[in-house]
Amino acid sequence: MGYKRVIMGVQKTALYDLHKSLGAKFVPFAGYEMPIQYKDGIVKEHISTRTHAGFFDVSHMGQFFLEGDETLVEALEKIIPSDLKSLKVNHSKYSFLLNDDGGIIDDLIVTKTKKGFCIILNAACKENDIKHISKFLDKNHKYLLNNDLSLIALQGPKSVEILEKLIPGVSQLKFMTGNNFSYDSESLYITRSGYTGEDGFEISISNKKVKNLIDLLMKNRVKPIGLGARDTLRLEAGLCLYGHDLNEKINPVEANLKWAIAKKRKEVGGFNGWSKIKNLLTNGSEKIRVGIKPEGKVIARENTKIFSSNGEEIGFVTSGTFGPSVNGPVAMGYVKSKFSEIGTSVQLEVRGKKYEGKVSELPFYKKSYVK
Amino acid sequence: MSEKKFSKKHEWVSLDGDIATVGITKHATEMLGDIVFVEVPDAGKSIEKEGQAAVVESTKAASDVYSPISGEVTEGNKAIADDPGSVNGDPEGASWFFKLKIKDKGELDSLMSKEEYDKFCKENPN
Repeated sequence: MGYKRVIMGVQKTALYDLHKSLGAKFVPFAGYEMPIQYKDGIVKEHISTRTHAGFFDVSHMGQFFLEGDETLVEALEKIIPSDLKSLKVNHSKYSFLLNDDGGIIDDLIVTKTKKGFCIILNAACKENDIKHISKFLDKNHKYLLNNDLSLIALQGPKSVEILEKLIPGVSQLKFMTGNNFSYDSESLYITRSGYTGEDGFEISISNKKVKNLIDLLMKNRVKPIGLGARDTLRLEAGLCLYGHDLNEKINPVEANLKWAIAKKRKEVGGFNGWSKIKNLLTNGSEKIRVGIKPEGKVIARENTKIFSSNGEEIGFVTSGTFGPSVNGPVAMGYVKSKFSEIGTSVQLEVRGKKYEGKVSELPFYKKSYVK
Repeated sequence: MSEKKFSKKHEWVSLDGDIATVGITKHATEMLGDIVFVEVPDAGKSIEKEGQAAVVESTKAASDVYSPISGEVTEGNKAIADDPGSVNGDPEGASWFFKLKIKDKGELDSLMSKEEYDKFCKENPN
């Protein structure tokens, strides 16, 4: 029981000492020492995010800035299947970096800035992502992974009311848009977005000022939320976790994320893996990501085998936990496409025993984004 | 009931005649966090000392519960299987895991007293 701590070569975010003072339990995550939970524990942290508001230190994620002319757009469109050409300044899209085979190297949020783009990359992938992206860039394009910035997610139904008091104007932001704001005589960039299924914001702020902002949020009864609750929140919201639900061998059609490929780009192509993806869009993929709801209380964790009702092995679970808002187990996984219809009965093999479950609609918990 | 004895795997056992009651310690529940699933053994099952006897899962992970003593299960606590969260509330009381009819009381000798266990936890925080 418990978690091993890695002492050597571990990175810390600017808020490490604050986490410690708040009673965080730390785990090594993507080379960082990150809080998995605080004193309240995962269930309470989860519920307080859904009913009030919580903050998450996601500074381990990469804030990658690119600058360049229209040739930058062309370069990025070779590996990102969004319509970056039409993306308006301060608008964001969920997308991916694709390899030659259409496999997902990382999932990301790309935002158009005045001079180029800002891409938020997963912590475990960021170094590799940048190597991959830079292969497509030329001398006129500038890029920088900005390690002087922290990234804070403020999530939950009260986020807007609380942040508007501290930083007037943020309530005007629509979901998946952002803008520059000023706080404590410093410029910061705020987007209305997140990864919990709740309304909220992601705030990019200097490492020097981040603690002051957190102190103010906490005075407004915003609680710290660890990676544990971040995982239960995102899974209830049906959102993928890279390295678990997504990897380089899975393409966006299999991942049931074809909605994130721009319509125009599905038709015109011109990005890595397009011919394969186009074929899958027409003919369907052999396997596909679905929600799985186990019956009863048993938790079907990652790598749980999934069987059809007549005993054929049809897939495996990629994420599974207890969903505090659903008040029961929830899971996602890949099944053969002919078993992917909502309501299909499946069996889940946990500790050698088979338990009943059903292919379920995603999300398990309905969102409340402000559009 | 006898005084509780404790294992290095964070189980406790107390004895009433030849019936042992087994559960997980408060320290274990604090390490696990919110408990969301419990599986207890059925009556009639034979379990060896240090054999896998039950399962406890938190939001974070699944863990096996081992029996600190050999015997035949007389009862699994269905109440905690129905309400796993209750284990966080009273792990060393109402939220026991199972009862066993034991064979050899001597097996308890290798276990720790409360004092020894507290010291063990301090020295092995994980």
